[in-house]
Amino acid sequence: MLLKIEDLCVSIKGKEILKEFNLEINRGEVHAIMGPNGTGKSTLASVIAGKDIYDVTSGKIIYKDRNLLEMSVEDRAREGIFIGFQYPVEIPGVSMNTFMKTAINEIRQYRHEEPLTAAQFLKLMEEKKKVVELTAKLSNRSVNEGFSGGEKKKNEIFQMAMLNPELSILDETDSGLDIDALRVVANGVTHLRSENNAIVVITHYQRLLDYIIPDKVHVLYDGKIVKTGNKELALELEEKGYDWVKQEYERKKELQNGKI
Amino acid sequence: MEKFNAFIKNSFNKIRASLPANNNEKVNSFRQVAIENFLKKGLLLGKLENRDNFPIEKEISDDYEFQLQPTPYQPLDSIFKCKIKGIASNTFAFFNGWYLHSGNPITIFPNGMIIGSLIAAIECYPDLVFSRLGKHRLAGNNSLNALNEAFFTDGIFIYIPDNVVVEHPMQVVNLISSDQKLLVNNHNLIMVGKNSNFSLVYCNDSIHSENSFANNVTEIYIEENTIVNFCKMENKDAKSIMLEHVVVEQKSHSQFLSNAITFNAGYVRNQFHVTLAEPFAEARVNGLYLVDKKQVVDNHVFVNHAAPDCTSHQLYKGILDDEAIANFNGHILVSQDAQKTAAFQTNRNITLTDEAKITTKPFLEIYADDVQCSHGATVGQLNDTEMFYLRSRGICERNARMLLMYAFAVEVTSFIDIINLRSRLNEMIQRRLKGELSLCDQCFLNCSDRKNFSFEIDVSLL
Repeated sequence: MLLKIEDLCVSIKGKEILKEFNLEINRGEVHAIMGPNGTGKSTLASVIAGKDIYDVTSGKIIYKDRNLLEMSVEDRAREGIFIGFQYPVEIPGVSMNTFMKTAINEIRQYRHEEPLTAAQFLKLMEEKKKVVELTAKLSNRSVNEGFSGGEKKKNEIFQMAMLNPELSILDETDSGLDIDALRVVANGVTHLRSENNAIVVITHYQRLLDYIIPDKVHVLYDGKIVKTGNKELALELEEKGYDWVKQEYERKKELQNGKI
Repeated sequence: MEKFNAFIKNSFNKIRASLPANNNEKVNSFRQVAIENFLKKGLLLGKLENRDNFPIEKEISDDYEFQLQPTPYQPLDSIFKCKIKGIASNTFAFFNGWYLHSGNPITIFPNGMIIGSLIAAIECYPDLVFSRLGKHRLAGNNSLNALNEAFFTDGIFIYIPDNVVVEHPMQVVNLISSDQKLLVNNHNLIMVGKNSNFSLVYCNDSIHSENSFANNVTEIYIEENTIVNFCKMENKDAKSIMLEHVVVEQKSHSQFLSNAITFNAGYVRNQFHVTLAEPFAEARVNGLYLVDKKQVVDNHVFVNHAAPDCTSHQLYKGILDDEAIANFNGHILVSQDAQKTAAFQTNRNITLTDEAKITTKPFLEIYADDVQCSHGATVGQLNDTEMFYLRSRGICERNARMLLMYAFAVEVTSFIDIINLRSRLNEMIQRRLKGELSLCDQCFLNCSDRKNFSFEIDVSLL
């Protein structure tokens, strides 16, 4: 098992967001997490990335048989975790080349591998740019600075291609994309899918899942996964909305409470 | 300060006959006017800065020594290793205020350039020197200027004739090294003719100086259609005091670009006073200060828009660590007939600790009505969201900080057109940010042989 989240409770400023959240992911799988706004989808991505504004009050996250919560942000990345951010940040003055080269060589050093030479690095850049059809010259551009919304998201997937992660969490990578850009991004992700890695796509729309066929679809509501199905579930949600899932969940909760 | 003023008065009476060029009447009266101006005002520092933040008055004492003879000649590289490889074609050096030479105080170049000792130039080219010397000072207003003019021992004299493009930058190094507490006054005079292009790298270094006090003045006169690049760097001992006053006058369609870069300082003050005297002149006055420990750096910029259609930019950025203190005081004056002025000023600072202090004071004084002016100042920490983004890609905290600080700093050097110089400076910035530079006890530019960077910033690709 690549990732196992057990009874995870997370709060921010005293407000509970994830409540006894459970999820298991194996290599080779693609999971989609859907759900209404404000139910904790992005919180999940942030906690896995290591953002320290959240308090993990109980539960655990086991990644590659290690306690993920004890690992630093950078070590999580070095161990193969990649987060595609919903709002990639602009960093003026830091060029894409420097950024990627520093990241890759630090990761390589962590794995006791030789750093890439300048030529190897540039070759890799050119190769991976093709994954998301990035044509712009990146060498003299600052990270995300002046990038359009679509370019920023493409740039996230480009970084994913460069870093070759084992577990990718893509947080609303499809939001703000036009149809063409969505296709490019989705095809890029599909291209990167393999037996050795796992991908979690957090999305509001079924449309992305036409391209990236998920093995499992989860509905996140009230801080936990309340329903899991296959790709058909996504179609059903698209058609009927979330209300029926919410009602089903509330009824179950009432029943449970009644029993107690 | 009373004590210091009395000390200066006594010292001047005692040593005036031993000061260089004492047989020249013009120089003697130049010094006489200056000492009178100084004594009228006394050492006035308080008006220029926030006294609480700048306890310089406590640092200035009244027992300085004046070095009245040059130190016996030794080749520069035997006392000081400074190579800006492939950047500067010629290096001229001053040692404790005296021009360092082996018998040839003035060099005349085939293209007509004259570079060398100001004292020698006073003798050889009196008309040329006195056509400008002291003409554009803040006479009477600035007591430090007056102090310099009363006591100056020497300084660089540079004359670039009309229509001369000097391909490679020249370098001037001011060294102070003494077991005594020296008060050193260098007075530099730079005159650049019409349609010319000239770049100067001006370095202030101290090798080991026991509480030295340097008070330098540089006058730069730029004629029509001429471009002057002036890059000024400080790498001083923690105990030293250095006050630098650069006065610039620009004629029409001229361009002046300056970068005042302070890597290490005891107390450093850089004062730039630029007058755009004729239309379509353009000035870009930039500065960068990377200071830590208890270093103090104080930047004062005064841009005087005296003619219409001129443009000026100021960009000063600083990173302060430990208990370092910085001050930025930017003053733009737009006179009544300086219509169509465009004047911009930016000061940005990053403080890495709670103890570091920055005072920033933008000041626009505008009397014309058709102008475009702006100013902005910020003080902040490194951006957490940016830090997190970098770390989430596997970059450790230290390198993420370094990348962000580096990006912040190199915005200033990006305006330097001389590519070799810019990349060397950027290398210096990296070393400084990594804390290595303060380990160099000699010139910070002497790093070209050391290839021990582990940090993965590829400067050539930025």
